[in-house]
Amino acid sequence: MADDAIRCDACPVLCYIKPGRTGSCDRYGNHDGKLVRLDPHVVLDRAVERGDSVVPFLERNQEWDGTLVSHGETFVTAIGAGTTYPDYKPAPFIIASQVKGVDMVTVVTEGIFSYCGVKVKIDTDRHLGDECSTVRSQGEAIGHVTTSEYGSQMLSLGGVRHLTGGSRQEGVATCDALLNLCNGRAVEVEIDDGARVVVQAGKPPVVDGVQEERMRVGCGSATIGMFAKQWFGKVDEVVVVDDHITGVLSEHQAGKLLGVAETGIKLKGRRSTPGRYFQVAEPGTSWGGTNIDDPLSILGKFNAKKAWPGLSLLMVSTTGEHYAYFELGEDLKPRKTELPETLRESVARIKENCEPALCTVLFMGGAGGSLRAGVTENPVRLTHSVRDALTRVTCGGAPVYVWPGGGITFMADVSRMPQNAFGYVPTPALVAPIEFTLKLADYAAFGGYVEQVRPLSSIVEKQDQRKRVIMRTDNPWPLETRPVKKK
Amino acid sequence: MAVGDATREKEMNERAQIRLLPDGRRLHLNDGPIDLILEAFGTPGEIQKAYRVACARFATVLDELCGELAYLRQACSAHAEWPHGKVARRMLAAVMPYAGEYFITPMAAVAGAVADEILGAMVSAADLSRAYVNDGGDIALHLAPGEEFVVGMIERPDRTSLLGTATIYSSDAARGIATSGWRGRSFSLGIADAVTVLSDRASAADAAATTIANAVDLPRHPAVVRLPACELAPDSDLGERLVTQGVGELSVCEIDRALASGATTADALLRIGLIRGAALSLQGETRVVGEVATQLVSTRSERRLAHA
Repeated sequence: MADDAIRCDACPVLCYIKPGRTGSCDRYGNHDGKLVRLDPHVVLDRAVERGDSVVPFLERNQEWDGTLVSHGETFVTAIGAGTTYPDYKPAPFIIASQVKGVDMVTVVTEGIFSYCGVKVKIDTDRHLGDECSTVRSQGEAIGHVTTSEYGSQMLSLGGVRHLTGGSRQEGVATCDALLNLCNGRAVEVEIDDGARVVVQAGKPPVVDGVQEERMRVGCGSATIGMFAKQWFGKVDEVVVVDDHITGVLSEHQAGKLLGVAETGIKLKGRRSTPGRYFQVAEPGTSWGGTNIDDPLSILGKFNAKKAWPGLSLLMVSTTGEHYAYFELGEDLKPRKTELPETLRESVARIKENCEPALCTVLFMGGAGGSLRAGVTENPVRLTHSVRDALTRVTCGGAPVYVWPGGGITFMADVSRMPQNAFGYVPTPALVAPIEFTLKLADYAAFGGYVEQVRPLSSIVEKQDQRKRVIMRTDNPWPLETRPVKKK
Repeated sequence: MAVGDATREKEMNERAQIRLLPDGRRLHLNDGPIDLILEAFGTPGEIQKAYRVACARFATVLDELCGELAYLRQACSAHAEWPHGKVARRMLAAVMPYAGEYFITPMAAVAGAVADEILGAMVSAADLSRAYVNDGGDIALHLAPGEEFVVGMIERPDRTSLLGTATIYSSDAARGIATSGWRGRSFSLGIADAVTVLSDRASAADAAATTIANAVDLPRHPAVVRLPACELAPDSDLGERLVTQGVGELSVCEIDRALASGATTADALLRIGLIRGAALSLQGETRVVGEVATQLVSTRSERRLAHA
């Protein structure tokens, strides 16, 4: 009998191992008289499971390098998770992970959003279209122009009325545009009685074929205020052309304080306060967001009692992209001459102070009853939990702003999400990732599907089906605990 | 302990595998049959200190034990000579109280003793709020005042369903947990699926769990398959003693009788302070001894779910 046993020399225990059995480590065995090394994870898994926690062991065979820096904690996003459709199943993944000793649960699902759209901010001073004008894609109405904001124009695209309230073509075109915008692709939109704009998240807008470079440094009046000192003594008069408020140095409070002499300049448009003019021209895509190509077209005749031959005049747009320099002749008419070296710097500085013009796209959606039902048997409790700051909502791991009031209506910057985070269903509706992260105890307390909770490792182990992406460093870690309101 | 020391120790021992688990917090140490998972809690600097010391200490443990292996496999008598190694001494100290009355060898406490030794090294080198060293289910705990650990208990070592959990507070005496049963890695003379014991140290818990699991028995019952230990593992410390290799279905009365036999032993150990509590399970039935252990088999469903 003893002859069948073999001596294992893998370690100093030197076990005698009988055929078909293993040594004291359970790792080396006697297979038909040969010493074989058995699959290590059998043993390791058991040891680990006994420790009441599971991690994949075979992932890397790398020695500990002595650092305590994590090899990368894992957060599972809802991208590719699948949806709760048709409305009653528990969310596809409910994942438990440990954060600072607190059991955390992340419920991930891909929500089908009929109530959703994007808010687009286009950094431009050019006039894109009147407020409430229809925005079209593929000829179909997909949204409208909304407010002008500082240095930018807002568009509201999508929404349930365009997605499902209009014709089939309208819904499809809307869904298509939203999907492309959310996934970071360029979309060309046409604004009724306005511009054609190519919009792409994180990229400069292209307005009527011209790529926007910079946001204006300020309105015309503000620009006067900022640069008055730099102009004083180098030029007699400055006009900063702006579709909103055009500024005039000699009349402006900043010029007055410096003691700039009156120049007898006359501006078209409506005077607001001294040195500040509204509506000097029509809105457009040229000088300072107006429709003018010749800046002199906004000036009337100089007052002969005040102006003098040789008076110097700088006209510049709020972005420094357009500028012209004039001197008055004997007839007090401006004649264009070359910009003197001494003024070049101030024009360059206006340009330098203008930030790059970008399009930014915020996804906005509402987590409806069915999506919330995938998280808990009592959907309204999820809403309350989000309200009470016990549950953190993320969209593809990106932070969201949850709109106050009822429901879970949130906005998220699509450029902070992994690529191609969005999908669609032919309804048409957008499929967007959404994750709810909260303490396991809180999850159980509001009727969560605790029996569906599975350890993170069960997800992570299926490496081939899961794509690991690097967390963006400017996003807060979704599992990070934060001060929470006491219930 | 300097970085260099740990590295040198590791070079002396090519077998040992040491790595931080992917969660970035727990350390996994393996050498031959010793498989540890440990975790320390405290400031990052103190944790790092503790982990380095644990690695350095771990590097020589198996060689130390194997140097005295023949001695450690012998039955312990009341007049046994003290071995040389620190871990071996912990083993003997843990089994000595049983010498004479029960058959036991120092090997009955090897897993717990290794856990105690590594934990001891960590705690003496670093200022930690909490720490644990889990040696294949035999666990040594450290708790600074005011701290606590939640431990879970499983029904059978080959299954992972949680029977219940117990919270061990710093004010409790228990700092060691061990589980023994015939389905586990070591041979058992009894038929318990699992006996989980809470004691002051992991080595004490290990020895006690082995002894109590041996006592959960139905001698000469036809449904129990037993084989001489040496036929399974020629160098087993149990020699020709019959070890359990299979247990057929038992009647409720038989289960009750076997558990009662184990509980009698556990009660005796509890009275003299060798254990703080024990939970004995056999074919779905569980018997609890000592107050701490009652939570371990709590079957309230939300408890089970919350930690699943």
